[in-house]
Amino acid sequence: MKPKSIKFSRSPLLSERLPPWRQRLVLVVLLGAFVALIARSLYLQAFNNEFLGDKGRARFERVIDISATRGRITDRHGDVLAVSTPVRSIWAIPEDVQLAPSQARSLAALLEMDVRDVNRKLGAERDFVYVKRQLSPELADRISALKFPGIHQKNEYRRYYPSGEVMAHMLGFTGIEDAGQEGIELAFNSQLSGKAGSRRVIKDRRGNVVEDVESIHPPLEGKDIALALDSKVQYLAYSHLKQAIEENRAKAGGVVVLDARTGEILALANLPTYNPNNRERLIGAQLRNRALTDSFEPGSTLKPFTAALALEKGKVRFDTPIQTAPGKMTIGSATISDAHAHGMLTVAQVIQKSSNIGAAKLALSMTPQEMWTMFDSLGFGAPLKLGFPGEVGGRLRPAKSWKPIEQATMAYGHGISVTLIQLAHAYQAFARDGDLVPISLARMDALPPSGKQVFSPQTAREVRAMLEMAVQPGGTAPKAQIAGYRVAGKTGTAHKIEGGSYANKYVASFVGFAPASDPRLIVAVMIDEPSNGKHFGGDVAAPVFARVMAGSLRTLGVAPDAPLQPLVMTSAEPVREEM
Amino acid sequence: MARLNLVLILVALACALSVVSANHRARKMFSELESSQKRMRDLEVEFGQLQLEQSTLAAHVRVEKAAREKLGMRSPAPGQIISVDTVQGN
Repeated sequence: MKPKSIKFSRSPLLSERLPPWRQRLVLVVLLGAFVALIARSLYLQAFNNEFLGDKGRARFERVIDISATRGRITDRHGDVLAVSTPVRSIWAIPEDVQLAPSQARSLAALLEMDVRDVNRKLGAERDFVYVKRQLSPELADRISALKFPGIHQKNEYRRYYPSGEVMAHMLGFTGIEDAGQEGIELAFNSQLSGKAGSRRVIKDRRGNVVEDVESIHPPLEGKDIALALDSKVQYLAYSHLKQAIEENRAKAGGVVVLDARTGEILALANLPTYNPNNRERLIGAQLRNRALTDSFEPGSTLKPFTAALALEKGKVRFDTPIQTAPGKMTIGSATISDAHAHGMLTVAQVIQKSSNIGAAKLALSMTPQEMWTMFDSLGFGAPLKLGFPGEVGGRLRPAKSWKPIEQATMAYGHGISVTLIQLAHAYQAFARDGDLVPISLARMDALPPSGKQVFSPQTAREVRAMLEMAVQPGGTAPKAQIAGYRVAGKTGTAHKIEGGSYANKYVASFVGFAPASDPRLIVAVMIDEPSNGKHFGGDVAAPVFARVMAGSLRTLGVAPDAPLQPLVMTSAEPVREEM
Repeated sequence: MARLNLVLILVALACALSVVSANHRARKMFSELESSQKRMRDLEVEFGQLQLEQSTLAAHVRVEKAAREKLGMRSPAPGQIISVDTVQGN
């Protein structure tokens, strides 16, 4: 049968008349839909484009932190004393960590930790744990290659001190967060520490940076600091101090080397010390920067100041005779004495032989206020403000409260306490022409202008000559002599105060400078509680001074100012100074 | 009119392609810059480590030990030193 053909145009449906509004309705609805679409897209593109823009950027833009390194610390010649190198820390969010037991074991093996410790840390009820900090980048790369789920790494820095214990007190150290905690690291922390920056970039699917969008904060690198320290001089100071401490079985000691022309600290060593690279089991005694934080009664090293003041005030001349016989002197109810009665001495000989009576008599010719003003202008009684933590100023009581006996004992360094660095600083007055320049930790590129005048140049030269006599045969410290150089200096030996009274323990010290014709270096040595038979500054501290001074002068290439002949020691034993 | 349009279409096409290639070159150069900067940082780190190593090897303790023990050196006696004045300006 032939299929019935249907002609669409003749469909019966078409013959029916539709109401005209239906057509219009469809038209309006479609038009309305288009208008809505256009309006919406206009709204999204032009008026409220932030939301989608943000969503888009969030998918390919990233903010990366740019870390800044802490500045290096170098010595005056640019040798590196402290440097930061990158390390990595392993951290985790315990909730997110899903480690199979075998993974935990291999992680523990790589970290050289006990697997139980690792599991305990990862099982802790905390939001964030460090599994181990400060790993070498090589080891950290091996760990990240194993892709432990939930274990992350963070870049950090670790500080290394190649000179180790030799400069520990001077440099100090940083904490685990790379902030200074002691010494130079703390004093110069704001200059040394950098400031991390960040920038916005576009990353592709594989995480490569393909475009820089903007730099949010440029990173601020820490500044390098060049110290005044000379690492050779420092090593000499440290090694000779160490040797002396061992020989004398002393409890502690310190050495300070100053450049007399500029006031720069060329070396500062203390014992006992510590290794700043490995600070486990540190005790307080090792950490103490004794030259700055421990004050002691200096003893006879203060006598030259008394003599200088008496010269300055015109009370005496260097050759004015002073009667020190019979070696005893009673002031009020107290008696001071010289262990060896010397008889009639000139002012110069009082310093050379270190007579207590002589110094006390000089002191009593002056008013307490005059002496106090001198001690104050020498920098005693107040910290030198080097910025070191724990720096103390020693003890200098106001002049109004001085009794005559106290004024007399202060003339030879008792009843007043100072730090080693203050003592070295004050000796500038003799090594220079009577003026003091501030002490500097950082290298100085120009000579400082002349400092605060304490004594006249004439007085300084006279005292310098007296101090030169003290190290010659007939003085208290022939062991401070150096072949080839003229040396000037003064010994000190003081009883230590324990529980308010003087104990049978000593502090031996020596402060001096060389070459005496044109002083370049000031070296101050302090040995605490020497207990191997000798306790006099001339026996214990003076040899350290001589070795450090001789080595330092040679290192600095200072021209000799005396004929180079082997030293002749006429009397092996120095004159005993008084305590 | 049709010819002008054709020319304009070709010009527009060329412009579009050059934008694409310029962008590509920019990204390539940027990634080179990135890797150079990374190299710079790595070299700086290495420099620090080498300085550290140098200071460790040149430590005075070590040098003194080597000089005294291995090389048998010692400080000259005072009589063995001759001091010479340096000529100014050389």
